Amino acid sequence: MADGPRTRVQYRRHRSDHSFNDPSSEAGKEASLARSSEPARSSTPGSAPGTLLSAADVARVVDRMAHQLIERAATGGPASADGGLADLVLVGIPTRGAPLARRLAARIQAFTGTGVDVGTADITLYRDDLRLRGVRALEPTVLPDAGIDGRLVVLVDDVLFSGRSVRAALDALRDLGRPRSVQLAVLVDRGHRELPIRADFVGKNVPTSRSQQVKVHLAEVDGVDEVLVTEATGTEAAQ
Amino acid sequence: MKRHLLEAADLDRDDATLVLDTAAQIDQALAGREVKKLPTLRGRTVVNLFYEDSTRTRISFELAAKRLSADVINFSAKGSSVSKGESLKDTALTLEAMGADAVVVRHWASGAPHRLANWVRGSVVNAGDGTHEHPTQALLDAYTIRQRLGRLDGVRVTIVGDVLHSRVARSNVGLLHTLGAEVTLVAPPTLLPVGVGSWPAEVGYDLDAVLPKSDVVMMLRVQAERMNASYFPSAREYSRRYGLDARRMAALPDDAIVMHPGPMNRGMEIAAEVADSVRSTIVEQVANGVSTRMAVLYLLLGGSPQ
Repeated sequence: MADGPRTRVQYRRHRSDHSFNDPSSEAGKEASLARSSEPARSSTPGSAPGTLLSAADVARVVDRMAHQLIERAATGGPASADGGLADLVLVGIPTRGAPLARRLAARIQAFTGTGVDVGTADITLYRDDLRLRGVRALEPTVLPDAGIDGRLVVLVDDVLFSGRSVRAALDALRDLGRPRSVQLAVLVDRGHRELPIRADFVGKNVPTSRSQQVKVHLAEVDGVDEVLVTEATGTEAAQ
Repeated sequence: MKRHLLEAADLDRDDATLVLDTAAQIDQALAGREVKKLPTLRGRTVVNLFYEDSTRTRISFELAAKRLSADVINFSAKGSSVSKGESLKDTALTLEAMGADAVVVRHWASGAPHRLANWVRGSVVNAGDGTHEHPTQALLDAYTIRQRLGRLDGVRVTIVGDVLHSRVARSNVGLLHTLGAEVTLVAPPTLLPVGVGSWPAEVGYDLDAVLPKSDVVMMLRVQAERMNASYFPSAREYSRRYGLDARRMAALPDDAIVMHPGPMNRGMEIAAEVADSVRSTIVEQVANGVSTRMAVLYLLLGGSPQ
């Protein structure tokens, strides 16, 4: 990504060369659309600091992801009258993945009339950076009564960055049950992966530099819906 | 949080609440799971250093550490070099050389964990020292009260019995006061320690007068092994004046609970029918002990080594 943003054409041509360090493939579509309406950026990597998604953008992106989830549920598993939605479990990763999962479920219900099971899985006790960052307070882990065995679990998080949270979440899931399949939905994919992990559903793909921070604010937690890109200040840890 | 947990006073209100909240989250996360194990303390070593007999506390700490994937070494004074005359310090240095990240210590001498904390680099958790403190018991008691009654602030807790020899009472008075509960001690005058007037608790001698105003009654074990003098005329008289039987339990408010740190002297400080009643939390206390101690180990050891 150091040589500047790729175009949609390049994305198609190089699909087979996809690297885990790049933003996920679904994000490419979104990002290229966004870029086409903007003037060409300078050659510095990353996005200009500022508001990346407004409240209306967040709502639109969540709607699109909900539609994609409906589609995936219908095509993935055995055919069923409810379009496979009974099979689907959205598991949010606290803090902001949890309300995001509930929102996606609410939108799926609005579009299809079918409710979807939602859970949260706190991954703090599974993190590999506790020694580096110190302990933190735990958040709830709640699974639907039907459990996750044999079902399609979609992990939901706000930002996909290093991939370490997702790795921890995968470890947690392994202790919680045995899903038929696990997929990943994130609101923002900012690249810079440190593990071979890639999202299946991406709200917005954002090229960033490592020094930048991507902050997702959700009304349930922060009182407002928005996604910001900021330059990291001081020693504050990146998301 | 401080690096060691030696006494209830090591925890301020925020720390104590953090421990209880963490224990609740751990409880919830592990409920109904087939794999009741978390990888959090993988590669850490916890030494259980027990100079005094213990069933539930040692097993509880061992299970807590193992559920967090720590390596556990159990060391009891019997059958070790201690019986050959090795001092506490030399034992501590041996453990230090073996790289213990935490030492859970029970000792017959009050203050032994404090001494130990000066000798080892890891965290020291007091699992009961003499007649001094037993902070994790107080934490699990507070957790149990909060779980049953939904709050701690303003809860009226009556602690009954052998306060003089009870490290459980001392730790509970400190911690429950920190968490906003109102504690009353009821005991024969001979079984109250000198200076009890300076504790943040009321003191009474008449159990029947206090029971109707109690949300929680915590019965203490009569510690015959520590009694080298006659503190009361006979077991029968003690039981009549300070034992909790069905008649006294009936005097409690409707939602009040009965606690006992164990092991119980059934028929002495607590009647069997009370110990086995629905108000009794004695079995819950044991279960809660594991999650509370997991929370303590996580908060002390989970973060950076220093």
